[in-house]
Amino acid sequence: MTQAEIKLCSLLLQEHFGEIVEKIGVHLIRTGSQPLRVIAHDTGTSLDQVKKALCVLIQHNLVSYQVHKRGVVEYEAQCSRVLRMLRYPRYIYTTKTLYSDTGELIVEELLLNGKLTMSAVVKKVADRLTETMEDGKTMDYAEVSNTFVRLADTHFVQRCPSVPTTENSDPGPPPPAPTLVINEKDMYLVPKLSLIGKGKRRRSSDEDAAGEPKAKRPKHTTDNKEPIPDDGIYWQANLDRFHQHFRDQAIVSAVANRMDQTSSEIVRTMLRMSEITTSSSAPFTQPLSSNEIFRSLPVGYNISKQVLDQYLTLLADDPLEFVGKSGDSGGGMYVISILTTCHLLSSFLSRFGSRCARIFRLVLQKKHLEQKQVEDFAMIPAKEAKDMLYKMLSENFMSLQEIPKTPDHAPSRTFYLYTVNILSAARMLLHRCYKSIANLIERRQFETKENKRLLEKSQRVEAIIASMQATGAEEAQLQEIEEMITAPERQQLETLKRNVNKLDASEIQVDETIFLLESYH
Amino acid sequence: MAGNKGRGRAAYTFNIEAVGFSKGEKLPDVVLKPPPLFPDTDYKPVPLKTGEGEEYMLALKQELRETMKRTPYFIETPEERQDIERYSKRYMKVYKEEWIPDWRRLPREMMPRNKCKKAGPKPKKAKDAGKGTSLTNTADVLKKIEELEKRDDGEKSDEENEDKEGSKEKSKEGDDDDDDDAAEQEEYDEEEQEEENDYINSYFEDGDDFGADSDDNMDEATY
Repeated sequence: MTQAEIKLCSLLLQEHFGEIVEKIGVHLIRTGSQPLRVIAHDTGTSLDQVKKALCVLIQHNLVSYQVHKRGVVEYEAQCSRVLRMLRYPRYIYTTKTLYSDTGELIVEELLLNGKLTMSAVVKKVADRLTETMEDGKTMDYAEVSNTFVRLADTHFVQRCPSVPTTENSDPGPPPPAPTLVINEKDMYLVPKLSLIGKGKRRRSSDEDAAGEPKAKRPKHTTDNKEPIPDDGIYWQANLDRFHQHFRDQAIVSAVANRMDQTSSEIVRTMLRMSEITTSSSAPFTQPLSSNEIFRSLPVGYNISKQVLDQYLTLLADDPLEFVGKSGDSGGGMYVISILTTCHLLSSFLSRFGSRCARIFRLVLQKKHLEQKQVEDFAMIPAKEAKDMLYKMLSENFMSLQEIPKTPDHAPSRTFYLYTVNILSAARMLLHRCYKSIANLIERRQFETKENKRLLEKSQRVEAIIASMQATGAEEAQLQEIEEMITAPERQQLETLKRNVNKLDASEIQVDETIFLLESYH
Repeated sequence: MAGNKGRGRAAYTFNIEAVGFSKGEKLPDVVLKPPPLFPDTDYKPVPLKTGEGEEYMLALKQELRETMKRTPYFIETPEERQDIERYSKRYMKVYKEEWIPDWRRLPREMMPRNKCKKAGPKPKKAKDAGKGTSLTNTADVLKKIEELEKRDDGEKSDEENEDKEGSKEKSKEGDDDDDDDAAEQEEYDEEEQEEENDYINSYFEDGDDFGADSDDNMDEATY
């Protein structure tokens, strides 16, 4: 893990979980897997607090544990998973576009709580939705359950590995930690519950057998009438599936940019058809026959079979190879990375200027170029070209390739060619992205801290106004209270708000870049 | 061969023309200090994307940030003792829901070893369900306790008692969740302070049910 990533993880953990969790989390990321006592000793925190922090981290799938020999349990942090926290708003928003508010709230609850049982999710979401509805109306559990089932069917939520069932009771002392297992086919299996609306008795018809406790404690019963039927079956958001969705979106929009709407629709259909059949890291989708595609096209598109064939041929012939014929009928995933990386790098290079971008694209296309050739092809005066080349070289976007003419590699008789190594350039860019997000977060925190006094004051004033309005105060009084915040202060607040918004928005967009770059590895 | 560095002319070991500089051209000076902290950029950055989606995500992000601070997962650093006990601090304390993880999924060493078993491994379900639903019947609870008793074969009588005590107290406090929370939090706070004191650790091993319990299964005798 690079320093930049560790720093970013530290900031994220601190913002979301507080300093204690941050300390433990960062320590684990830095040092790898460690047992409990060593963590407590090395970080200088009390055992109790370490336990609490680890519980939180494990709950949110940021730390996993493993039992080693002699019964020692070691904990390990997943740095990449911590970095995903940046993307939470995007996941939630995507679900909103696909499954509307209900789906959005389901995913939000799952992300906020790490993992939850289905009944817990349904209950929370129903309560939240009811609050936003008019008085007297309540949200039915059934509708929420339906959306949940749909999310599970499309693999956006998945089951967490659970404690395996034991046939006999406690054969000797239980192991120091349960080994959680999950069956591949069970991952999206929704337990049969029929949860009936708010406030009424909850009935449960069937229950799935998984999740029987191996604990020495007796099966805990609730203060409620019956035990929760899906006890022990926890669900979590399936981030990989979201990533696949984002990737598909990117491909489709790239095709739309390059060609027209219809071809992008075709590609979208192809991708949707292979959504569940292809694993997220496969370079190609399964081959699809044009008949299948024809049948699966959305209803609004009445293009004839012939036209479809024409489009497919067009896509296949495209030099960027989005679509290939027969054997490899979907080269999209691989290509998108190259395509968007170029796109990104070009726009990044707009920092250096459009001419730099031109040079860069040129070298990318021609693979290797000499200094003189760069000047000629790019039609840029020599001095400027040199300057830019060296700037890019120093930033590691370009590299030099030596080709000796003579066996003794004498510099005066060697060709020096400029070349772009996409992989390393992408990695460097990624590293910069991490750094920039860390900077953005720090700046935001700094801004907020600077103006903390003012923010608190304005919050208090708002609270006073709200309570006064509730008790029916006069206009004059309200006016007076509002004037407690002077005009320059108000302006300061405005500026602060604008800055914070800008910083937040930048974070979100840099994260989009990160996503594309990471999927390139 | 020692390279006539003198006379102000640098001599290169290779043909400078190959790399593109003509002879005698002025090269930029060697930089001897770290680059400036905020260098001027020649070009402005690309403007941020704006749109409905982006705005929504922005609002979401800020909301999530605030919400996370209020979840029970956000562990606050215990503040040091202030010299003066501020009156307002008492009323600004945010009462959070207590979260208890599912102990079955965690290694056994994670369970806090409490003298007071009440705050310890109580099932999460009990807490959650207890909050949302209406007040439970004492009769119901007693029935549950009987069931528990039947199932408990090798359990210590200690734990049973405390279980009963625990669930009874819970049901009585039933509706009044806030008190419950505060009580649990306070107990837990006491716990933490207690643990740091060795004296209490080794000489006193009891729960809050001191006196009400039977001392049968105590490991150490109380002096």
